[in-house]
Amino acid sequence: MSIPDPVREEDLIRSRQRGRARVMAVLLGAFVILVFAISIAKIRAGMPH
Amino acid sequence: MTSATPLLPPAHWRDFLALTKPRVMTLVVFTGLCGMLAAPTSVHPVIGFTAILCIALGAGAAGALNQWYESDIDAVMRRTQKRPLPDGRMDRQAALHFGVGLGAFSVLFMGFAVNAVAAAILTVSILFYVLIYTVWLKRRTPQNIVIGGAAGAFPPLIGWAAATGDIALLPVLLFLFVFLWTPPHFWALALFMKSDYAAAGVPMLPVVSGERTTRTQIGLYTIPMAAVAILPWPLGLTGAIYGIAAVLLTGWFALLAIRVAKRTTHADDAMKPEKALFKYSILYLFVMFGALVVDRWFA
Repeated sequence: MSIPDPVREEDLIRSRQRGRARVMAVLLGAFVILVFAISIAKIRAGMPH
Repeated sequence: MTSATPLLPPAHWRDFLALTKPRVMTLVVFTGLCGMLAAPTSVHPVIGFTAILCIALGAGAAGALNQWYESDIDAVMRRTQKRPLPDGRMDRQAALHFGVGLGAFSVLFMGFAVNAVAAAILTVSILFYVLIYTVWLKRRTPQNIVIGGAAGAFPPLIGWAAATGDIALLPVLLFLFVFLWTPPHFWALALFMKSDYAAAGVPMLPVVSGERTTRTQIGLYTIPMAAVAILPWPLGLTGAIYGIAAVLLTGWFALLAIRVAKRTTHADDAMKPEKALFKYSILYLFVMFGALVVDRWFA
């Protein structure tokens, strides 16, 4: 059984965290735009929010 | 009793995506979209997009919770061994949190942006898939996919409810159609994946009752499925485009199902008719719902 290299493992963890943070940022940005668009659509349709 | 689990690095975001069963989601999204487009009222594109997004997220949540609960079965079956949990790429707790969070978000967002009826049916569909099918039925009875099939039949109903805020006869027939389509579809798969299901201890019909019974049941379930598939036309709920497509496509489905029903497996059987039925059943569902939308918009 090989012993895990702590430096490589640290790099892997950091790169995964970076990737997840980027995806989360994109999703949150898209969510904000979508909520804005929904609000506009509902206001134009005269529906209660 | 608690078991020690090895400390895993954070899962890759692609593994979270894989947890949502994107291929299954495609069919769910498509039938949901068709249910919405078949409704007599038009829906604002942004609201319609949101409804479909919520259906997709709800299906993804149900898929994630299914994989969380079934990781022991998935580890034994060849088809599912490479999923994130059995492959050791993800922590079980992360999968559980992701599934619960995504499910709650999809329902709340549907309620906020679309309407309460669609949100309520989405809730029922997620809970049905996770609690009734995954937790209760799958490991206990060979009727698992018969009753559990209802979970996959909800999307056209949700799509319709998202557009109209109500339920009518046509979406109920669409629900019944997908519900009755599920047993022949899954049992065709179970026939050629029988050894996998047996190894995992999942009581699928071919494992518990044998191939002969399964083949007969595929033939028997095709009869009410065919009737429900064609029924909207004589009832005047759809036009001739859907009607003719339904007759032709369902006729071909019935021929494939009869071929499977009449066969007996022999040594070194490649199970080609069963694989053909399984593949066609997926295409069949796509084209039937596509025909419904074409009929509604272009007839």
